Amino acid sequence: MTCLPSQGGKKLGLVIDLDTCVGCQACATACKEWNTGGHMAPLTDIDPYGGTVDGVWFNRVHAYEHTTEMGGRTVNFPRSCLHCETPACVTVCPTGASYKRASDGIVLIDEDKCIGCKLCSWACPYGAREFDTDVGVMKKCTLCVDRIYNDNLTEEDRVPACVAACPTSARHFGDLGDPRSAVSQLVAERGGVDLMPELGYHPTNKYLPPRAHTRRAASVPAKALEPVRAEGGFLGWVDRMLSN
Amino acid sequence: MHPAFSVVFFTTATGAGYGLLALLGVLGGAQIIPPDFWLGFIGMGLALGLIAAGLLSSTGHLGRPERAWRAFSQWRSSWLSREGVASVATFVPAGLFCIGWVFFDRTGGWVAIAGLLAAIGAIVTVCTTGMIYASLKPIAQWHSRYTLPAYLIFSAMTGSVLLNALLQGFALGSRMLLAASMLLTLLGWGWKLATWRYNDALEIATNANTATGLVGGTVRSLEWPHTEENYLLKEMGFRIARKHSARLRQITQVLAFALPVLLLAATLALPWPFAAVLSVLAAIAQLSGMLVERWLFFAEAKHTVSLYYGR
Repeated sequence: MTCLPSQGGKKLGLVIDLDTCVGCQACATACKEWNTGGHMAPLTDIDPYGGTVDGVWFNRVHAYEHTTEMGGRTVNFPRSCLHCETPACVTVCPTGASYKRASDGIVLIDEDKCIGCKLCSWACPYGAREFDTDVGVMKKCTLCVDRIYNDNLTEEDRVPACVAACPTSARHFGDLGDPRSAVSQLVAERGGVDLMPELGYHPTNKYLPPRAHTRRAASVPAKALEPVRAEGGFLGWVDRMLSN
Repeated sequence: MHPAFSVVFFTTATGAGYGLLALLGVLGGAQIIPPDFWLGFIGMGLALGLIAAGLLSSTGHLGRPERAWRAFSQWRSSWLSREGVASVATFVPAGLFCIGWVFFDRTGGWVAIAGLLAAIGAIVTVCTTGMIYASLKPIAQWHSRYTLPAYLIFSAMTGSVLLNALLQGFALGSRMLLAASMLLTLLGWGWKLATWRYNDALEIATNANTATGLVGGTVRSLEWPHTEENYLLKEMGFRIARKHSARLRQITQVLAFALPVLLLAATLALPWPFAAVLSVLAAIAQLSGMLVERWLFFAEAKHTVSLYYGR
């Protein structure tokens, strides 16, 4: 049923740190690489080497310029499914293909039931769902449901591919329904926010805002380096004379 | 929003078809329209034909149309599923009414009851169509109190203008119906103007700041995640130039409202063959105008995902 399940306590999701994200696209690439062979495979690419390249991605990294009275800064912004608590993408689905799991809150699509009406993508304010024109069904982030419970992987690899790939640890995975979890504490400590809270979708994923500007400049305690090879000519002779 | 022709045609055609079906069901059942074979054959054929063509067209934008039957299952939560159930359910009384009228030459008794049920089904189906759009929070222009009444008004308007053309064609036209279709057209015009006025003054709480969680100041898109347009931009990032929008609004007003009202007014004063020709022209103009109106309904609607792309 596309009616929302009565939610248990567990709410698996991501916490994304906009302060440390460097926009390297590693999360997007790792996501594409894992998921094109994963639960929602394939992540079709259309005309990948041509002039009208298009394809399905679950994670897209934008870059913004945020200008305030404190000055401007570049903010890299990864955007993916937020696994909302009240996901309209699920309730609008006419076939029951879209569903939210009662056990952990992950929002998934049953590809065998999807008729490709695209209404769920209209109902999602965040652009988390992308239509696969080749297969004719909608696709979306699975929170790497085929990794996080995968006994064939080592314990430390049982996290979404985007989290495992992030070189700056800007992505965190955990249970946001448990106030004592590391991710919940991180959100509390850094003042994590919901995206578009006014629409009332209650996203599970949280974004940590960039830290406040500081006036401190970096101090360099090491001495400046000397040239290894002595210079020739008149200046070299002056240098040698003065050095003696 | 991308104005897919299949959906533009679908909502316009089924709106007119259900409007005509509801009027035929009520007026036929109440014996206001005589149970003439050709009138029933052409009238019900036109109504059911428009509905069936619209529904078939709507399956044209599905990725997997062979699974369309699954869409009847989630009526408890989904307006699209409710629309599917209501549209198919309406075919039952509509079919019985059609059979009674066309094959048994009667519109009283059980046929009148079928006609009434078909009219109720038609109204319910149009409501579910309107609610599909009205319930979408990410599209502020649709998620408003104007959307549902618009679908009902336009359905009644196009249905009555079609019925008038049909009855005038059989030289059965009445001044009551002419006046009603003119009034409904004026009501539709007013409602459309009010909707545009509301949408143009709309202050949307969702902006690039709330979309990114970055508080204060300005948030400018520096770089997209991709170089070419992706599904999101093709489907929901559709933009229409302001000057084209203004011109298309004028075309809508002339074709869908002004011209039909003038033609219907002239019909009042003219005898049979001329009255019929003008009535049919009014219906053709209005349906063409409504296609432009529905195209604009999509093209002018802005989805919140466009904020992520600085649009």
